[in-house]
Amino acid sequence: MHPSPSVIIFTTCSGLGFGLLAWLGFGLPDVTGWVAFAFFAVAYLLAVGGLLASTFHLGHPERAMKAFSQWRSSWLSREGVAAVAALLVMGAYAGLLIFFDIRIMVLGWIGAVLSVLTVYATSMIYAQLKTVPRWNSILTPALLLAISISGGALLAGQITEAQVLLPIAAIIQLIWWTRGDLALMQSGTDMATATGLGKIGRVRAFEPPHTGTNYLLRELVYQVGRKHAIKLRVIAFVLGYALPVLLILLPFGHALAALAVLSHLAGIATSRWLFFAEAEHVVGLYYGKR
Amino acid sequence: MTMLPETTTRKLGLVIDLDTCVGCHACVISCKGWNTENYGAPLSDQDPYGANPSGTFLNRVHSYEVQPEVGAAQLVHFPKSCLHCEDAPCVTVCPTGASYKRAEDGIVLVNESDCIGCGLCAWACPYGAREMDAAEGVMKKCTLCVDRIYNENLPEIDRVPACVRTCPAGARHFGDFNDPESHVSQLTAERGGMDLMPEQGTNPVNKYLPPRPKDEIDQIDILAPFLEPVVQEPKGFLGWLDKALEKI
Repeated sequence: MHPSPSVIIFTTCSGLGFGLLAWLGFGLPDVTGWVAFAFFAVAYLLAVGGLLASTFHLGHPERAMKAFSQWRSSWLSREGVAAVAALLVMGAYAGLLIFFDIRIMVLGWIGAVLSVLTVYATSMIYAQLKTVPRWNSILTPALLLAISISGGALLAGQITEAQVLLPIAAIIQLIWWTRGDLALMQSGTDMATATGLGKIGRVRAFEPPHTGTNYLLRELVYQVGRKHAIKLRVIAFVLGYALPVLLILLPFGHALAALAVLSHLAGIATSRWLFFAEAEHVVGLYYGKR
Repeated sequence: MTMLPETTTRKLGLVIDLDTCVGCHACVISCKGWNTENYGAPLSDQDPYGANPSGTFLNRVHSYEVQPEVGAAQLVHFPKSCLHCEDAPCVTVCPTGASYKRAEDGIVLVNESDCIGCGLCAWACPYGAREMDAAEGVMKKCTLCVDRIYNENLPEIDRVPACVRTCPAGARHFGDFNDPESHVSQLTAERGGMDLMPEQGTNPVNKYLPPRPKDEIDQIDILAPFLEPVVQEPKGFLGWLDKALEKI
């Protein structure tokens, strides 16, 4: 799949932003006034910035409002509805907390649950696709939720929790990678079922439909960079999980914490690039590619 | 609304005969022609006369080599367009309701004025039937020539999809799969019409007829074994060379 920068920025930043909002909704850390303002500002910048970035790859962003209508069938629509609901509820909660020093616990809890649901809906956009076996697994929502909640803990300064949650996310990441490498093979979809010609013999792509490339090959059969996959996985693992855990095990300091957050963000962005670049769409089989 | 209809009154679709298709790509051209000039946004080309041409097509013809366990390899030309699936995954993922499956005839269509061009439907389709038009930024797909099949301004013979009308080999058939007496239902039953990627659970309406088994030819010419080969051993210079090389 084509690793579109807008979608990588969107899932990485929004995931982290909504993760932080979830912690703030539960009153962790228990802040008020200008300190609370700083925390909520970071969370909103990440969450809203990511959502805005996601509209950059649309053919017609001016019609984006229509995307809230099909929540009954579409995970993309559900994500939009959940995101707006989470941002509105958390906005009310944050406003009361910052400017009036009033904490309405229930409002925070609802906002936190909506924030987590938003990340879940994002993950289901990918996990629902049978056409991309690497994504089509319960492990995909598990991974994206684990990254969001552990990253949120890191950003919220919940060091003890982050020390437990980051390693859990790292383990899910490793399992996700390992399963993903076998997913296309185990999906049961191959050139034989794609063409229905497997009963006659071994099928080989002889000639593509056109001499040039096309939308399908550019969007769904992106193969550039897969050769560096192992190196990039190591980079993603070290920056995203190992280094932040190491940094927060050291005696606490704001500089170290900031470094841990930046390292985590860079690592997750790398992991998310691989999430797309390594994913094989079954339509590639029609072109004898994967 | 992007919920799929429970059932459709009619089930319009195509039968594509892989035994008959000669791979001439006439269906590709007629499809592009009709759908550029008629319903919806035109099918644009980018850099059409340059070094790196590409464009939007609703129908593409692949060619495959199939090598049986014994015998010669076969070449199969393989036209592919939207299969108008009964459980179309492209419809349910659409966030805006632009994609829909018609309850009256089962045709899967895109309302282009509602499409935001997010591309998720193209991701959800296992067949590569949907292509985002690079000029218009909306999703394009086969309409089963909905603007031909009901068009009373056209002579009756032309009220079929452009690809079916143009196919010089008669490899494409159009009809109602809900009617067991229809041409397409009977062809599917007689020839073992098959689904593409049945494991994807899309329940496609379009059916593909597999190539018929090839004839067995034991001997090309029954008199051939009685003919003596003209030259049995090389003579002259070639004979010397042959012997010399043997000795080395």
